Amino acid sequence: MALALQTFSTVKDASAALKSAGTLYLGGGTLVVRATNEGDVSISGFIRSTEPSLSAITVSGGKVRIGASVTMAAIARHPDLALLAPAARAVGGPAIRNMATIGGNLFAPAPYGDFAVALLALDAIVSTGDGDLPVEAFLAGRDNSRAIVTSVGFTLPKDGGLRFLKVSRVKPKGISVLSITAVLEQAPDGTVSSSRIALGCMADRPMRARAAENALLGRKLTRDGIAPALAVVGDGTSPPTDPIASAWYRNEVLPVHFGRLLLG
Amino acid sequence: MAKVPVQFTLNGSEKAEFIDSGTTLLHALRDKIGDTSPKGGCHQGTCGACSIIIDGELRLSCLTLAETCNGADVRTTAGLSEGGGLHPLQRAFLDAFATQCGFCTPGMIMAAKVLLDHTPNPSREEVVEALSGNICRCTGYEPIIQAVLTAARSNSQNVA
Amino acid sequence: MELRKSYFADQRRDNLHEVGQPRPRSDSPGHVTGKTAYFADRNFPGMLHLKMVRSPHHHARIRGIDTSEAEKHPGVVKVLTAKDVPHNVYTILILIQIGPEDETVLADGKVRWKGEAVVAVLAETERAAQEAAAKVKVDYEVLPAVFDMEEALKPGAPLVNEYHGQNYYLYDSGECRKVRFGDIEAGFATADHILEQTYSSSPIEHAPTETTGCIVAPEGNDRFTCYTNTQAMFFTLDNASIILQMPGSKLHFVGGTVGGGFGGKVDVIVEPIAILGAKLTGRPVSFIYSREEEMQISSPRAAEKIIIKDGVMNDGRIVARKVTGYTDAGAYSRHSPYGAQKGAAHYPGPYTIPNVWIDTYCVYTNRTPSSAMRGFGVTIGDFALEVQMDKLARLIGMDPLEFRFINTYRDGDMKAHRQPTEGAALIECMQEASRAANWPVAEKFLAMSSYAKGA
Repeated sequence: MALALQTFSTVKDASAALKSAGTLYLGGGTLVVRATNEGDVSISGFIRSTEPSLSAITVSGGKVRIGASVTMAAIARHPDLALLAPAARAVGGPAIRNMATIGGNLFAPAPYGDFAVALLALDAIVSTGDGDLPVEAFLAGRDNSRAIVTSVGFTLPKDGGLRFLKVSRVKPKGISVLSITAVLEQAPDGTVSSSRIALGCMADRPMRARAAENALLGRKLTRDGIAPALAVVGDGTSPPTDPIASAWYRNEVLPVHFGRLLLG
Repeated sequence: MAKVPVQFTLNGSEKAEFIDSGTTLLHALRDKIGDTSPKGGCHQGTCGACSIIIDGELRLSCLTLAETCNGADVRTTAGLSEGGGLHPLQRAFLDAFATQCGFCTPGMIMAAKVLLDHTPNPSREEVVEALSGNICRCTGYEPIIQAVLTAARSNSQNVA
Repeated sequence: MELRKSYFADQRRDNLHEVGQPRPRSDSPGHVTGKTAYFADRNFPGMLHLKMVRSPHHHARIRGIDTSEAEKHPGVVKVLTAKDVPHNVYTILILIQIGPEDETVLADGKVRWKGEAVVAVLAETERAAQEAAAKVKVDYEVLPAVFDMEEALKPGAPLVNEYHGQNYYLYDSGECRKVRFGDIEAGFATADHILEQTYSSSPIEHAPTETTGCIVAPEGNDRFTCYTNTQAMFFTLDNASIILQMPGSKLHFVGGTVGGGFGGKVDVIVEPIAILGAKLTGRPVSFIYSREEEMQISSPRAAEKIIIKDGVMNDGRIVARKVTGYTDAGAYSRHSPYGAQKGAAHYPGPYTIPNVWIDTYCVYTNRTPSSAMRGFGVTIGDFALEVQMDKLARLIGMDPLEFRFINTYRDGDMKAHRQPTEGAALIECMQEASRAANWPVAEKFLAMSSYAKGA
């Protein structure tokens, strides 16, 4: 069956069309057109929607809502999203960032999907045509999800409250060995009062490092303070072995980079 | 097979074609419209050889479906030297030995053009960042970076 | 850039028109304007697209191939299997009498590496060809595979390639290429120190930006024009002529414009089958590797294993060098017997050593066939040799550059292959490197010359 693209002005109509077997939603094309270019004949049709809300960014009262079609470039240059700019700029090169969307990044398999790692650490809510889901639950079920992602919402951390690190062998544009996002709150005495840590490339999709999160609570961001968190940051990981790095290497360097992120 | 109409301007000229639905812009440009300056190196969004400019933004034509470009302003390297003379970027690439096999060159020049359109006097780091999605396997990147910096200088002299 | 004209001044002529003069590249204007015509920039009405069905196994017997569903698929024009290829078993270097023919254009009865071409599908669109390729059914009986060269050479290892009969290339000199010079054991007996080290490398893919491919257009008079990015035009034409059993006069090859090659485009892989497709359908045919095929299917640089044993004197002279080299050809010869032979020629390095013993083996394994890549047979060897040189210098407590001055060959020195050295220039290169890198060496080394001993 030949490929075909169908465009709908509303998400509702696009959702209905997406019920046909063999169809995939077309966002920026960086994942799905790549797949058909490489000969994935299981994909027979692309569905997309041009509903304007999909391309909107709203920031109000510390609450952020980003439409699913918003590109990495649009996030990187948005004045109210400076905190997320490093994560957005970590995706691909300039052309990819002009195409790749926040919605698509939620579906990017390791070693891609660095921005979704940041969304996981932000404990974002993913809105779909079928309702809202916490990002962690959404990522867990993404392989079977047929709903169209419409937007992603989260609360902006305070300045300096989000730390992002992508480790790649080629700079400035390289594929991840791993990436880490930490969203931390600290009490006036410097001890960590709240922590959410997400890892990229340490499993087939972004994952939370819950043992490390707990180990940081009540601790200061000093070499001694973070030592227990470094010791357990690899708990529960199952990183891929791919052309970028072996699973062994990823596990070995994770605590090193995690330490640099916390102390940097 | 369903044919769909596409219409956009390519380097300032109106183009209209009937294409198979799902055709990439790269294939539409190369096979239908006859502009072979964008190259297909990987069809995966990795090499940048197919880089073009759509509505002022750098895009990868291999991952863009042609149907999504209706009404768009599409620019390619083939359009830079229309009228005969070389664009300053083309001149600088030529003078700086910034080409070897030449396959990455049109994409490199597109990436560099978008940079200079927005940032007429870029730093070396900005040039490196702007070219980071474009792979060259022959010459090494240094002559290419130098060519872009040279073109920027010659541009600013022209303005001054 | 600075030309240091003090070296070889008596051999230099400064009145040349081209040499020594900066000149613009003749192809740059085409490159910067996007007008350079690469093979894929040709487009013909009615052009078919060829997609290859490939082996998912490293080593397997083919029990049966069923192309009936693929042939019925909408848009499919022709499906090719081994029986369609006039001379299906070939080897590239047969043109220079290096046989035996050991590789199939399309697999016949057996596959010997993962990715081997089995069935070619020609269809109106790339998509139709991909869809039909997915419908080809191949019944495989998986066989034990061998991936390690030393395992492959052991008795009882799975036989990779029946056309050879053993897992190494049989040279006229026997199981390996050999260099014998002086008396190696006497050399080791006189040495103050002996150092044996093993060096190994993985296959390396060239990853050219433009993938391997060709477009073939049938002309009148049963003649075919093949637009190709091969780096080896006439090798390819002549091999295509053999494989297709067509006179070379029926084949018109257009090429020379290559979007990066680095040795990765010297094998004869896409052209014969595309020409055959054009012949059997009467239509233009495009066969272009996807990026995945370029990375997985096209020949890489061979994996190598090199064992170097050197005898060295405390005064810095290397008195004996024994090298055993293994080149992993993968499943088929392609250019690897030549690569291994180049290794034999190269392993003494640019050094004068009185006692040399070299054995280099070209080994068959169930890996992707390897072939040419920038200095194949010597580049990995150079890595090994120069690391070895540094280790030897350290062993006797000598500066590594001075250690090389002591051993470097000069004009008139007899090389291990009994070729007297001519036109040597390494002394001068190292002298300049010493200055450029600010790595001082003793004055006597700066006074040396490649021309004469004792200078």
